[in-house]
Amino acid sequence: MGLTRFKLSKSKSKEVNFKNQYKIALAGNPNVGKSTVFNALTGLNQHTGNWPGKTVTNAEGYCRYNDNKYAIIDLPGTYSLLASSTEEEVARDYLKDNTADCVVIVTDATCMLRNLNLVVQILSITNKVIVCVNLLDEAKKKGIVIDLDELSLQLGVPVIGTAARSKKGLDKLLDAIEKICIGERKCHTVKELIQGIKINSEIPQNERDEILTNINKRCERIYNLCVTNTKNDYTLKDRRFDKLFTSKITGIPIMLLMFGVIFWITITGANYPSQWLSWLFEQIKTYLSAFIEYLNAPDWLYGFLIDGVYTTLTWVIAVMLPPMAIFFPLFSILEDSGYLPRIAFNMDNCFKKCNAHGKQSLTMAMGFGCNACGVIGCRIIDSPRERLIAILTNNFVPCNGRLPTLIAIISMFFAASFFGVLQGIVSTVILLAVILLGIFMTLIVSKFLSNTILKGIPSSFILELPPYRRPQILKTIVRSIFDRTLFVLGRAVIVAIPAGALIWILANVHINDITLLKYCTDFFEPFGKMIGLDGVIVMAFILGFPANEIVVPIILMCYMATGVLTDYSSLTELYTLLINNGWTITTAICTMIMCIFHFPCSTTCITIKKETKSFKWTLLSAFIPTAIGVILCLIINMISLLL
Amino acid sequence: MNSNTLTLREIKSGEKCKVEDLLSKGKARNRLLDLGFVKNSIIEVLQKSPSGDPVAYFVKGCVIALRSEDAENILVREI
Ligand SMILES: Nc1nc2c(ncn2[C@@H]2O[C@H](COP(=O)(O)OP(=O)(O)O)[C@@H](O)[C@H]2O)c(=O)[nH]1
Ligand SMILES: [Mg+2]
Repeated sequence: MGLTRFKLSKSKSKEVNFKNQYKIALAGNPNVGKSTVFNALTGLNQHTGNWPGKTVTNAEGYCRYNDNKYAIIDLPGTYSLLASSTEEEVARDYLKDNTADCVVIVTDATCMLRNLNLVVQILSITNKVIVCVNLLDEAKKKGIVIDLDELSLQLGVPVIGTAARSKKGLDKLLDAIEKICIGERKCHTVKELIQGIKINSEIPQNERDEILTNINKRCERIYNLCVTNTKNDYTLKDRRFDKLFTSKITGIPIMLLMFGVIFWITITGANYPSQWLSWLFEQIKTYLSAFIEYLNAPDWLYGFLIDGVYTTLTWVIAVMLPPMAIFFPLFSILEDSGYLPRIAFNMDNCFKKCNAHGKQSLTMAMGFGCNACGVIGCRIIDSPRERLIAILTNNFVPCNGRLPTLIAIISMFFAASFFGVLQGIVSTVILLAVILLGIFMTLIVSKFLSNTILKGIPSSFILELPPYRRPQILKTIVRSIFDRTLFVLGRAVIVAIPAGALIWILANVHINDITLLKYCTDFFEPFGKMIGLDGVIVMAFILGFPANEIVVPIILMCYMATGVLTDYSSLTELYTLLINNGWTITTAICTMIMCIFHFPCSTTCITIKKETKSFKWTLLSAFIPTAIGVILCLIINMISLLL
Repeated sequence: MNSNTLTLREIKSGEKCKVEDLLSKGKARNRLLDLGFVKNSIIEVLQKSPSGDPVAYFVKGCVIALRSEDAENILVREI
C-alpha cells in the first residue's frame, strides 16, 4: 500500500537556524489520539475522529523545539506488530528499520491493559521509546488513576501523561523527545519484559500464541501495579448509550432519525445563506456590468466574462456552498462523538448477508464527505475481496458535491407546494429516501459482485466500539469550514471557471447558423430523451466529470444560452427556467437518479486506480453505477409514458 | 475440553466468561489475540446489535464487536 512517503531529509541543508533534524514516529493502537497529538505538535490538520481506522496513510509534519527540528510521522493505528493486516505490516517494517530517532507510543489511558501489549512489542525491537499516556482527562472522569512514575520504572522508558485535545502535557512530551534524541536520557531495556519476544511475520502460529500469552501476562502484572480503578461502573454511561443506539427497538429508528435531523438542518439552514449569496452576487453583477460597459469592452467579452464565467462561478458558490458548509461540520460532530462505529455495528448483518464487510458502512459514511476519501478509507477493510467491493460501490453514496444538486431539485419539484416546517420535513424525507435507494443498491451490487466476479465468503468482522466522547462543537465547525469546505469549494471553482467559459464559447460559436452547443446537445438528445432526461442534462453530467458540483450550473447555462434569459437569483426562477425547457416530474426524478448513479468524478476515478492498481476495476467502478442509472431511468421513463 | 466449555456465542448478554481456547486460524486468530482474547482473559457479553448479530463484548477494558462466526470459534468457561 502506498503508505511510504518519507522524503524527510530533503530540506536539511537548506535551513540553517536549527541544529539537527530528528525523526519521530507516532505509533499506537487505533483511536488513541495519535493524530490529535500529531496535529498539536505540528500545527497541521490531519483528520481526527472518534472511530478506529480513519488514519490509513502516513502523514508527516515538522515541529521545532528549542534548537532542533523534528520530522513527525503519524503512523496508521496498529493493534499489534505481529501483523495481521497490511497497514500493521507497514508500521512494523517502519519501526523495525529503526529509521526513527525516537518512537512515541501513544496510549489510551482508559484502556491501558490492551495498549500495553503494543508497548511491550515495540520495546522488544527498539528502546528509543517514549510512552505517551493520552486521554488523561477522560481517564480522570472515569476514575482511572495511573501511576506514571511506576509505569516508567516498569517499562524502562520515559512515560508522559497528556490530554492532547486540550494540549496539556505536550511541552513535557517535547522535552522528553529532545532528551532522547540528543542522547541525554538513555532508555534501559527491561530484560524480563521482552525476553523471548520475537517480532516477525514468519513465526509459526503456536509460538506466536505463546509469545502473545506471555506478553499478556507481563502486561497484566504491570497494569495491576500502575493502574487503579476508583469507580467500578465507569463504563455505565457508554453502556446506556449503546442500549439506546444499538438495541433492537430503538437502534435503527434512531439512526434514521439522526440522519434525518442532519439533512433537515442542512436543507433548511442552507436556504437563507443561499438566497443571501444570490442577492449579493446579483448586486456585484450590476457593478461589474457597469464597469465593463465603462471600459467599452466588446459585447462578446461581456458575454464571456459575465454570462459565462461569472454566472457559473457564482452559481456554484451560492447553491453549493451553503449545504456543504452546513453538512460537513454536522457530520464531523457525529464522527467525533463515536456514533459512526455504532452504525457499522447496526448495519453489519445486512452486509454479512451480501457477503461483504461491516466496515463498508464506515467507508460509505466517509463517502458522504468525498467519495475519493471513502475509497482511500476502504483500506480499513483487511480482506482484499471485500475491500474491492467497498471501493466499487462507494460512489452510490452522494458526496458533498452531489448533495446540493439533490437538495436543489427536491426543493423545486417536490417540496415547493408545501409551506413552513412541513416543507423542510418533506424535503428531508425525500432526500433520505433517495439516499436509502443508494444504500439499497450498494447492498444489491455487493451481493451481486460477491456471487460473480468477486466470489467468496465473508471474512471475519472485528470492530472496536470506542467510548462516546463529547464532540468539540465549535472547534469542529470552524475547522471543517476552513479546511474541508473551502477545499471542496476551491476545487469546484477551479473547474467552474473553464467550464463556464467552455459553455459560453459553445453557445456562441455558430456553424451554419446553429451553435456548437446545439450540435452537442442535439447529439445527446435522443439518448437523453430515452432515459427521461434531455441532451443538456446528459452533457452536463459528462462535463461534470472533473467535479460534480458544476452539473447544475452547466444545465442552467445551457438553457440560458438558448435564449430564455432569466434572472437566476432564486430557486423559483430557476424552476420556471427548467419548466420552460421541458422539465417534468419525470425529468426531476431521473436527474436525481442519474446524480446518484453515474460514474465517479475524476478525482475518485484516479483514487480508485491508485488503490486498486488496476485499470479494469476503475473502468468497472465507472460502468456499474452508470449502467444502473441508465436502466433505472429507462424504467422510470417508460412507466411515466404509460401513465 | 471439559463438559462446561461453551462457545462465546452461547453466552447470554450480561454474563461473564473466561477464555479457554481459540479455534480460529490465521489472520482472524491473530486479530483476536491482539484484541485480548487470550487464554484466561475475562469477557463480558454486552449488547446485541438490532439483528442479533454481531454482538458487543467487553474485553480488556474495550468494547469489541464480533460476528457470530467468530464468536463460535472462541471457547470459554462460565464464571
Ligand atoms: N477527551 C479527549 N479526547 C481526545 C484526546 N485526544 C484525542 N481525543 C479524541 O479522540 C478521538 C481519536 O483521536 P485521533 O487523533 O483521531 O486518534 P488516532 O486514531 O490515534 O489518530 C478524537 O475524537 C479526538 O478528538 C484527549 O486528550 N482528550
Ligand atoms: Mg489518526
